[in-house]
Amino acid sequence: MSKASLSKLGDAAFERTDKVSAELLALTYGSFVRQLLIDYEDAEEVNAQLAKMGYNIGVRLVDDFLAKSNAPPCASFADTADIVAKVAFKMFLGVPALVGSWSSDRRTFSLVFTDNPLAEFTELPEKWGGVWYSNVLCGVIKGALEMVQMEVDARFVRCTLRGEDLNEIRVTLLQVLQEKPPVDDE
Amino acid sequence: MAVQSLFVVNKAGGLMFQRTYGETAPRLTPNDYLHLASTFHGMQLLVQELSPSPLPKSITAPTGGIRALETPSLSLAALTSPTGVQFFVTADVATERLGALLAEVYRVYSDVVMKNPFYVLDMPIRCERWESAVRGVVERHARLSG
Repeated sequence: MSKASLSKLGDAAFERTDKVSAELLALTYGSFVRQLLIDYEDAEEVNAQLAKMGYNIGVRLVDDFLAKSNAPPCASFADTADIVAKVAFKMFLGVPALVGSWSSDRRTFSLVFTDNPLAEFTELPEKWGGVWYSNVLCGVIKGALEMVQMEVDARFVRCTLRGEDLNEIRVTLLQVLQEKPPVDDE
Repeated sequence: MAVQSLFVVNKAGGLMFQRTYGETAPRLTPNDYLHLASTFHGMQLLVQELSPSPLPKSITAPTGGIRALETPSLSLAALTSPTGVQFFVTADVATERLGALLAEVYRVYSDVVMKNPFYVLDMPIRCERWESAVRGVVERHARLSG
């Protein structure tokens, strides 16, 4: 399916979904990250907690995506990348992402986006320079893809809150999980 | 022409939900329903193995498997989500729009079951909103199919 028609699918899916106020989301998420920083006092630990929570969201949210997005099945990991960027990002965050920087083995790609609804009002204090503020997104991607048999690693490499001009998540396919039972089960 | 029974089976073949809506559906014991669900799950895997031509290329979940089954006295429709959850419904013979009914049930499942933070994945669904939402879907289907 062409990228243009995937974008249309994303727009349509976004139109259909129930909306919540972007401010409510940004403020809830913000106070939530702050509380984690207070509780754990360590940037790395907070990043890990955010990823873990994202994972738990992803394994549940993927059914919502599959039931409502009308996205076509993925014949390749490149299709998956396009669908995550054009359809899923648009449907759940309201902003599409761009796919780029494929590795030569075609197993790693970057999701790039500039507007981040989670970080709309956020300025990261210097003290917490090591925090990937929106790390929950990495977890969501990991959890969601794992439910459709793709084990991936997802991590932020650029973030506008760190003074860079865009957000970039690097996604690497580790393996395609096989759920088929063994034929010889004796 | 009406929907008789709805089943939801997890990816390991365990029964997550079963309700009988039709008046003429046979009443079985809970144990029988468990057996039925896991047998059907096994049959799904089997028919995919038997498929004479390769399945459509997909790196995600299996796209083969039973979608519809007809006997002289029963229609059965099944939908397997890419995450491996299986929905199937039995109905009076020649009942129409069963595929649409299952797609609707899947949407309801993704909303009221998966988004319920206290629902544990792959466990039996015991949730009031799900019960009433599914009943609503079945009743709407009955009205539309007249």
